[in-house]
Order: sequence, then structure tokens, then C-alpha cells
Amino acid sequence: MNREDFPMLNKDIIYLDNGATTLKPQVVIDKIVDYYTNYSANAHRGDYDISFKVDQEYEQAREKVRQFINAQKREEIIFTSGSTESLNMIANGFFKNYLEPTDEILITTSEHASNVLPWFHLQNTIGVQVKYIPLDNNHYVTLDNVIKSITPNTKVIALAGITNVIGDERPIKEICHLAHQHNIFVVMDASQYVPHRKTDVVDLDVDFLAFSGHKMCGPTGIGVLYGKKELLEELEPLNLGGGMNESFDSPNEVYFKELPARLEAGTPNIAGAIGLGAAIDYLTKIGMTKIQEYEINLRKYALEKLIKIPYLDILNIESDSGIIAFNVEGIFSQDVAYYLNKYNICVRAGNHCAKNLKSEVGVKNSIRLSLYFYNTESEIDDLVELLSNKEKMRIEMI
Amino acid sequence: MDENLRREIILDHYTNPLNKKIPENKENYEKINTNNSSCIDNLDIYIEIKDNLIKDICFTGEACAISTSSCSIMIHNLIGKTIKEAKEYILNFKNMIDELPYNEDILNEALAYNNIYKQNNRKHCAFLPYEGILKILAKYE
Ligand SMILES: Cc1ncc(COP(=O)(O)O)c(C=O)c1O
Repeated sequence: MNREDFPMLNKDIIYLDNGATTLKPQVVIDKIVDYYTNYSANAHRGDYDISFKVDQEYEQAREKVRQFINAQKREEIIFTSGSTESLNMIANGFFKNYLEPTDEILITTSEHASNVLPWFHLQNTIGVQVKYIPLDNNHYVTLDNVIKSITPNTKVIALAGITNVIGDERPIKEICHLAHQHNIFVVMDASQYVPHRKTDVVDLDVDFLAFSGHKMCGPTGIGVLYGKKELLEELEPLNLGGGMNESFDSPNEVYFKELPARLEAGTPNIAGAIGLGAAIDYLTKIGMTKIQEYEINLRKYALEKLIKIPYLDILNIESDSGIIAFNVEGIFSQDVAYYLNKYNICVRAGNHCAKNLKSEVGVKNSIRLSLYFYNTESEIDDLVELLSNKEKMRIEMI
Repeated sequence: MDENLRREIILDHYTNPLNKKIPENKENYEKINTNNSSCIDNLDIYIEIKDNLIKDICFTGEACAISTSSCSIMIHNLIGKTIKEAKEYILNFKNMIDELPYNEDILNEALAYNNIYKQNNRKHCAFLPYEGILKILAKYE
């Protein structure tokens, strides 16, 4: 649906790599061009009209994000460069100071590198232990396995809301409920969740949440760190400098601003934030529930066809998102991607930044289709037709 | 080169690559990993050099049809060459990939990649195994 809104869709491509990044609708592009064309000034320097407008637009974007994920306060929304930066800020700005060497952090083998390496870093620097919640046969996180993994030392559970290879949705709300009974914090990597679900941080009751604008029709280089206000107050700013200080008469007389400015040092990605605001308006107008339903139906349509191809090994028959990961028997995943590329079909081959998943699913690399609301059944038909002819694939993959 | 012949050579070496195994006397070999950040090809190459002569090369790993076949053909062509000959051969192959003047006569089956420059994203696949070998040969004068 809504294909006419996307200039990239006039380019005769079938874009099935939305897990990596999404296409941008014209309204988002226009909003960014409007900033650079009509009021291209810095923020927080409102001495003249166009700069005042920048402040207004930037803060309006924050308000849009707040409403979109139902955060209670504007101070709880910090603009970052993306999920990766948000997760690193959570680990290094908050937990590095909070955790003791005997504490444990629970993650899973299907996390993205950006929700693994910041925790490994804490293990290597302050001596905490990173442990894994076992996945069930469908590579899902069950509440039961979370319960079994919790020890008296567990202090953090850091999980993707939806994973980027299997596409399973985690019971985050239930996990938060359980975790909080044991004084455990929950960090949600919502990179693949916020773009595809109606998000309500109050209902989920997560302590921290991270997502990127570019995976939800917004620009690259902008993302969000959400945290409960009382926790963000304790998050040490890792970047110090302009925009975040109140005064600095001498090294021991440095005063920082209040949230959210304290955690946004330097000139922010203004165009990015404003563009993300436009993307949020756009998605809201379509409706997140409608987007979710559409994607799940389209995945079902694709799966029913792909499953009939005997030499396809589908890694995630069970999944809650628009992601299908598979391999073609006897053909390296990258060769399949090259073959599809000859027909202008964009899919990703590789480990999808989830290198630890190898131990879980038994294969290192796969081809990943990741759908969004602008994909169609006819695109799936074209893909299925190309995959249905293995001999053609073998001949044309080189 | 005829397209069918090209395909046949590449597929043949992809399906039945030469020396795709860990060598038996591993201790006589130098090992090098070669991979590319822009794709997922990842090869371990083992090379046995004695008296300035390449005696044997083996490889293992996961890689696409282009990298795997290119590695197999490279092995076929490099075994028995002196270090100097090997370096010349590799430079010649690289020139072909980079659309520079090169000598066709010494490349034999490696000529199957003489139009790979048309697919920019696969050029590095064809050259990947050579990159590994070059790192080892660089240590020899
Ligand atoms: C689950 C998950 N977490 C984190 C990230 C990192 O996002 P970004 O590269 O935008 O920081 C991604 C993106 O690939 C992702 O899919």
C-alpha cells in the first residue's frame, strides 16, 4: 500500500531489505529539503526568526516521538544518531556506573551486534558477566526460560523487541513485570519493533528503549534513546561540550543543563530529527496497527509460496514479523542475492550482524527478506518465480 | 571467451574445487585468512613454500561461486611456481581484473574472469584468494 508516496519505488526495483533500512516517502524528503532551503540555522540560538523556527521544529519532533511511543515526559526522549549509539549510551553512561563486578546481564544469541558488543565491553572493563537466555526450538524467548536464567546476580535483561533475522517478537511486557519483581532493569532494542508495531513504553514498562529513524521511513543518522526520567537523570553524559552545559567557570565549577539537553551535546542532527518527525506523522496517518496487519498477511502469502519450493531451507517458519530467512540448498547465499540482483530484487545475504545466531540455527549465513507495508503480493510472485528455477539460478548466479 | 565455456569453468571449479581441505601436514604450511568486509566470503588459505617454490596450497571456508572457483583456479596455476613467478602471475591477473594491459597466455582458466570488471561488486570476490596469498608472499623477497 501507499507505493505512490515513495520516489524510490519508481526505479523499477523490488526492495526487500527493509530490515536494513527503509525507503523514504516524499513528505520526509520534502521536510528535510524545507529545513535546508528555508530555515537552515542552528538550534538553541533563538535570537532571530529562522533560528527560533529551528527550535520549534526540533522540539516538535521530540514531541512527536514522545506521543508515538507514549512516553510520559519530553525529557525522556533523547535524540541520538541511532540505535547503536543509544544502546552504547545506556551501557556506558548508566550501567557502567551502576553495576558491580559480580552482576550479570542477560541477552540472547539472536541479538544484533549493537545489543551484544556494548555488554561485552562492560564484561571486559568492569567484570560483569554476560549470560544467554536459551531460545526454544523456534528460536523464541519464553517467559519460562527467562525465569530459569535469572539468578540473584542478574541486574539487566537486554533484548530486541523483534529480532532482525528470525523476526520473533519477545514478550517484553511480561518480561518487564517479572524483571521488576527482582529489581532487574530491562533494556529493549526496539530497532525492528518501533517501525512495525504500535509502541507504548508505559504499557511495556521498559526502563530503556532504543530505535533508529532510518528503519521507519525516516532519515539516516537519527535515532532515539528513551529512558524513564529518574534513570536518565543518572545517565552520565559521555559527550561533553556545547549545548549541554549551563556554565563552566573552572574545571570544578561545571554545571550541566537539565534533560534532554544534557544528553545531546553538540549541534544535533537537526534535519534528521525534523525528518523523523515527518516520518512519524506519515506512519501515524497510515496507522501502526494497519501496518502490522498488512505485513503479517504479506509474510503469510510469501511463506505459503516459498515453502513449496523443495530446495529452500527456511530458518524461521514461525515468526511474528515481515522477515523470512532462508538458504537455497547447494547455493551460497551471496550467489542467490547476486542472482536476484540481476532482476533488480534487493535482498540481503550474510549473517545480518547476528553472528552468535550461528550456534542456534546451525548456519552462518542466509538470505533475508524483510518486508514493509509498501511491498506487494506481485513483488513476492516475481521473487518466487525466480527462486523456483534452480537451474536458471545456477546458470545466472555468476 | 565463450559464455558457456566461462560458466562451465567457474561452475566446475565451484562444485569441485581443487584442494578444498585442511592439509595433512599442517605444520609445514603457513595459514592466512582472507575476507572482505563488504561481503561474506571468508577463506582460510594454507600454503607450503620450500626452497623458494610453492609446493602446495589448500583452502577452507565459506565463499560464493566466484571466490571459490577463483581460489581453485589460482591454486591450480600457482603450485610449482617460484615466488617470483607467482608474484608476476598475480600481478598479471590483477591487471586483467582492473582493465589494464595483461598477458593472456599465462592465465589459462583464470581468463574466465576477464569480464568480471563489468560487475563491480564481484571484482573483489575474484581477487579475494589472491589477496591472502599476496600477504604471505610479501614476506619473501
Ligand atoms: C535488532 C537491531 N538492533 C540494532 C540495530 C542497529 O541499528 P543502527 O545501525 O541503525 O544503529 C539494527 C539494525 O540493523 C537491528 O536490526
